[in-house]
Amino acid sequence: MSPEELTAAIDALLRDHPPATTDPHEFFAARFDAGLAWVWVDPSDGGSNAEPALQGLVEQRLTEAGAPVPGAYNPIGIGMCGPTLLTHGTPEQRARYLRPLYTGEEIWCQLFSEPSAGSDVAGLAARARRDGDDWILDGQKVWTSFAHLSHRGLILARTDPTVPKHNGITAFVVDMHAPGVDVRPLRQLTGDAEFNEVFFDGVRIPDGDRLGDVGAGWRVGTTTLMNERVSLGGAIATREEPGAGLLESYRVAAARGEGNPVRRDQAIQLWIEANVNYLTAVRAAAGGNRGKPGPEGSVLKLTSAEFNQRAAEFQNDLLGPAGALLPAHEMRRPTLPYGSMGIPSTQTTFLRSRANTIEGGTSEILRNILGERVLGLPGDVRVDKGVAWKDVPR
Amino acid sequence: MSFSPEQEELRATVRSFLDRHSDEAAVRRLMETDDGYDPAVWNLMGTQLGLQGLYIPEEYGGSGFSFAELCLVLEEMGARLLCAPFFASAVLAASALLESDDEEAKKDLLPGIASGETIATLAYSNDSGQPDGAVTATSTPAGYTLDGSRHFVLDGALADLILVVACADAGPSLFAVEKGADGLTPTRLPTMDLTRKQADLTFDDTPARLIGAEGSADEVLQRVLQLACVALVNESVGGARAVLEQATTYAKERLQFGRPIGSFQAIKHRCADMLVAVEGSRSAAYHAATVAATGDGQLAVIASLAKSYVSEAYFSVAAENIQVHGGIGFTWEHPAHLYFKRAKSAELLFGDPISHRELLAQRFGL
Ligand SMILES: Cc1cc2nc3c(=O)[nH]c(=O)nc-3n(C[C@H](O)[C@H](O)[C@H](O)COP(=O)(O)OP(=O)(O)OC[C@H]3O[C@@H](n4cnc5c(N)ncnc54)[C@H](O)[C@@H]3O)c2cc1C
Repeated sequence: MSPEELTAAIDALLRDHPPATTDPHEFFAARFDAGLAWVWVDPSDGGSNAEPALQGLVEQRLTEAGAPVPGAYNPIGIGMCGPTLLTHGTPEQRARYLRPLYTGEEIWCQLFSEPSAGSDVAGLAARARRDGDDWILDGQKVWTSFAHLSHRGLILARTDPTVPKHNGITAFVVDMHAPGVDVRPLRQLTGDAEFNEVFFDGVRIPDGDRLGDVGAGWRVGTTTLMNERVSLGGAIATREEPGAGLLESYRVAAARGEGNPVRRDQAIQLWIEANVNYLTAVRAAAGGNRGKPGPEGSVLKLTSAEFNQRAAEFQNDLLGPAGALLPAHEMRRPTLPYGSMGIPSTQTTFLRSRANTIEGGTSEILRNILGERVLGLPGDVRVDKGVAWKDVPR
Repeated sequence: MSFSPEQEELRATVRSFLDRHSDEAAVRRLMETDDGYDPAVWNLMGTQLGLQGLYIPEEYGGSGFSFAELCLVLEEMGARLLCAPFFASAVLAASALLESDDEEAKKDLLPGIASGETIATLAYSNDSGQPDGAVTATSTPAGYTLDGSRHFVLDGALADLILVVACADAGPSLFAVEKGADGLTPTRLPTMDLTRKQADLTFDDTPARLIGAEGSADEVLQRVLQLACVALVNESVGGARAVLEQATTYAKERLQFGRPIGSFQAIKHRCADMLVAVEGSRSAAYHAATVAATGDGQLAVIASLAKSYVSEAYFSVAAENIQVHGGIGFTWEHPAHLYFKRAKSAELLFGDPISHRELLAQRFGL
């Protein structure tokens, strides 16, 4: 599809389904059917075989028109699981899962991390063994965002403990309402419970829900992780005036008599950083390559996480002694659309920002990736290389 | 600087007391309560150890140690996040009275604070945390009355005795108000750091007792706030020490990629930087404690130096501790956030680091 045709499709979508009066799920369905979900893929998958760079045009036009954002209704599904299905799903799987994922009818979660395998995702221990046409899954996952709202989960499980860790993993789609799945809230330091522990006890997964080949789950997982970084880091690309909120916070504090040259300089430094991040995001989006995120994804994830933390602390401290108060203390479990718990207080945002340098890959891991995979620096000494998973200390 | 054998003995006694009465379970239980302390433990602190009266002279019912011993005790309390109105009563209120020139008030009020029977606090700040205006004192034939409000008062909703800085005809003056006094309304504040409670107080024609001469509170308050900074940074050193230990212990135990995470330089260097920050904090805090104890003229400078350095250092090590722990460090169940929140509240109490650097710059004529 050419840019002109795409623009016409957007106009038609907005005309037939005015965002202000259309139910969000209905709007997403129409958007998917119009080929405006992921523009670079086939029409059957919600695309229109257009240039990947044109995705930015779609997002921009729809944002301007006040259209609902699918990521708010299915954050992990849209950001990570969808792109993974596009790359690794069979035609049947894509036909079955993509549309309800996109419309928010089926919420997804990402079940990678385990108590003993976090940064070292490939060290995971949840076990799946073959039983006729099914697989039987046992084990525990942790930090699973939105698991309590999810219908489906993208899960990595160990199917062969006798080979080195990366080779013995298989990816599956798991039904979160299947017998044997137990989701328990895990409270975080903000007081809320966004994430969960998930226990699997003899859960049956049909072989048709295996994603990719047996033992090739690591490749599926890295696709997800790369997309995670892009979606966490790239969120800034759609933001309007980067850093404007920081300047406004400073103005408010100064009007209260709490301005000073140091804070003023901090405000400007953060504003500059916000804009540089934004420009990198725009550059990354322009170079978008068929759902295969490049190193910009990891750069942005790293810089935006660390920036967010500093910006949130700056805004918190501008409150003066009130920065040490916390308006809400009871444990809340998020609902969708994300953000429907209301706009978080400055203090809660400050607390939440501590997760930014941990979730979706820690800053340490991202620096390793940038150093080793992008710059080609020599890697760490690996003690687990070539060792069967079962023999690696954990 | 080093500690004497007597001081080390005091430290050991306080540590074993806190081991028994302020473990993590106790902290979590108490922080969820309104008043945030255990009266039985508070009693024991007074009767068994005499901690509340540690630096109150014997003539006023205390045990007459110096400010340095008080700081040492606070360091241990900070390491265990003791939930008690200790800072408000034994540090703020006690030093406000001691710094005042009012023999009668000292004789009347200090023994209760020293024994722990009276829980006292100091109310001095407006809603920007500054010690100005906001409460006025009126002299009537029957005595003084107060009008206005004070904010961010430590343990303000629970205190039996509130020392209030208010503006009288002759200028800022210190007053004593009793719990339940007419027209006194406390409002509990929802604090981020649940281990230390705060309240706003409003006064409406509230009867109050003048402490010292009218117009004499400016100097008293300045000095009390300097002492408060010194006390707080020593408390913070305890917390910083604790998170450094948590982080290094975890870095040695947690395996990823078949190795302890502490064997990765990224983590090793973070821990090393934490150590550097903790050692610097100890130097600043211990020196400040000595200066406060010996009453040498450098208190204003060292108090600001220490407050700026230590409160930033404590915040940074508490944040690093979360990072080193990864996802676990972000959970409610892990103690990392309790220290993190304590560190943030300590950073914003009694002037943030930037305001203390400004004070120093002014003092140096820059
Ligand atoms: C809010 C939140 C939401 C999350 N949501 C999800 C989710 O939906 N699904 C999911 O699967 N996971 C999720 N996670 C998990 C997240 O991906 C992991 O927490 C993260 O990858 C770190 O793993 P870990 O917690 O086990 O820390 P560890 O791996 O134990 O790391 C501890 C410390 O060691 C460092 N470290 C580890 N290895 C190295 C190395 N090789 N070199 C240098 N430093 C190293 C880390 O950087 C960290 O500082 C979430 C986490 C958070 C905080």
